[in-house]
Amino acid sequence: MEYFVQQLVNGLTLGSIYGMIAIGYTMVYGIIGMINFAHGDIFMLGGFAALIVFLALTSLFAGVPVVIALLVMMIVAMIMASLWNWTIERVAYRPLRGSFRLAPLITAIGMSIALSNFIQVTQGPRNKPIPPMVSSVYNIAGITISLKQILIIVITAVLLSVFWYIVHRTPLGRAQRATEQDRKMAALLGIDVDRTISVTFIMGAALAAVAGTMYLMYYGVVVFTDGFIPGVKAFTAAVLGGIGSLPGAVLGGLLIGLIESLWSAYFTIDYKDVATFSILAIVLIFKPSGILGRPEVEKV
Amino acid sequence: MTALLQVKAVETYYGNIRALAGVDVEVQKGEIVCLIGANGAGKSTLMMTICGSPQARTGQILFEGRDITRMPTHEIARLRIAQSPEGRRIFPRMTVYENLQMGASLDNLKYFNEDVEKMFALFPRLKERQSQRGGTLSGGEQQMLSIARALMARPKLLLLDEPSLGLAPLIVKGIFEAIRKLNETEGLTVFLVEQNAFAALKLSHRAYVMVNGQVTMSGGGRELLANPEVRAAYLEGGRH
Repeated sequence: MEYFVQQLVNGLTLGSIYGMIAIGYTMVYGIIGMINFAHGDIFMLGGFAALIVFLALTSLFAGVPVVIALLVMMIVAMIMASLWNWTIERVAYRPLRGSFRLAPLITAIGMSIALSNFIQVTQGPRNKPIPPMVSSVYNIAGITISLKQILIIVITAVLLSVFWYIVHRTPLGRAQRATEQDRKMAALLGIDVDRTISVTFIMGAALAAVAGTMYLMYYGVVVFTDGFIPGVKAFTAAVLGGIGSLPGAVLGGLLIGLIESLWSAYFTIDYKDVATFSILAIVLIFKPSGILGRPEVEKV
Repeated sequence: MTALLQVKAVETYYGNIRALAGVDVEVQKGEIVCLIGANGAGKSTLMMTICGSPQARTGQILFEGRDITRMPTHEIARLRIAQSPEGRRIFPRMTVYENLQMGASLDNLKYFNEDVEKMFALFPRLKERQSQRGGTLSGGEQQMLSIARALMARPKLLLLDEPSLGLAPLIVKGIFEAIRKLNETEGLTVFLVEQNAFAALKLSHRAYVMVNGQVTMSGGGRELLANPEVRAAYLEGGRH
């Protein structure tokens, strides 16, 4: 039993990271109907930005408090990732909006490769480790929970609440939802559609950057290929939960995190990805629009 | 005095197909002007061209003397041209209340509470349905919502594309009455497209008849109503 709960905690931690990345996929898909394949690399880039800030901070101000270091890492990573994602949308996706559907898909894959190669060239191809930042560990009723895990789960919960509030309760969120549902009508009501789409890319990138920082803190290492596997997992999470649905992305992320850690705990770790994708396939067979995805039933 | 809206020799294309073939229309401040014509004559295209979506290929559109031909749609909307477009275009997964909030986004909801009460008085049905999703409304309710949403922007010029479409005659009467009242008490300028030519011409100060992307006739509303050619054209579906 304790072992099971232990795995649940591990799964939730991993799932939180996937969920945060998945939000970016699902929001962009919702608003312009394309998969931003470079989003995983935006996450990796966020990790690298955090790494660089960490190295700079520790060498310039030895003994800087961990809380402050983490905060600065997160903020700088968010700014850098947002800038990149904004630029990508501006130069590679916007000119292709309204052309045939495969064109933005291909450029998105191109952007993904360009970003990871850029990091490979500028930061080197090897794993970049950092010393453990947060090492406290608590023992509660036989279950080991590290402070890192608590931090990740709490930060995810807080950010997702903030996000939910923005999307559902603010004029910006209303403009985003309107643009998603009928772009032309939103423009007729004075909404600057291009700006709204840019903001969506920025918001998605900011969350991915936080996920990147958490990932770096949790595993203590980041490498230029890190955009790919977590990116694909998060994309899977978005599809599993129902692409276009925000709660779906979080649910999908948590589910995939749980499946992975439980499978690795009870069966063989080599097949954990097989398990994840099998479950994706099974869910999609019975519920093609994902767990919380909406089947389109509307009066016209 | 220059007209509030001037459309001069406008041509609009969908790909290579010419939908508007040199249209001239004027709407004075405080007028109700109506555009009648058969299906496919280009009426809705003219409405959307005024809002810059699609943009006119040639010709000029002036609003308050200012050239808006090449302006992006959202900037045109910010000049207070509000439209209740063809097909109503209600946001289906937003509540009625949120749809109305979208209408008031130009002023960042500054007059929202005041205006929403007016809309609920005008269309009590919307008040009953305020927390229901737009996509679940009936066609008539969506039409009311679409008009109310346009009015929430406090427009200087209200464009209505077939406000009577799909509505019961009694409700149509109510909507036309509401338009007349807003025009008389608040000086609201209205440019509307209608298939229901009889009611629309009775309501309008002036009217244009459109055939195959061109304005073929214009005059006072009641004047056109008495015109045998218009009567014939309307009854025969636009063929002369």
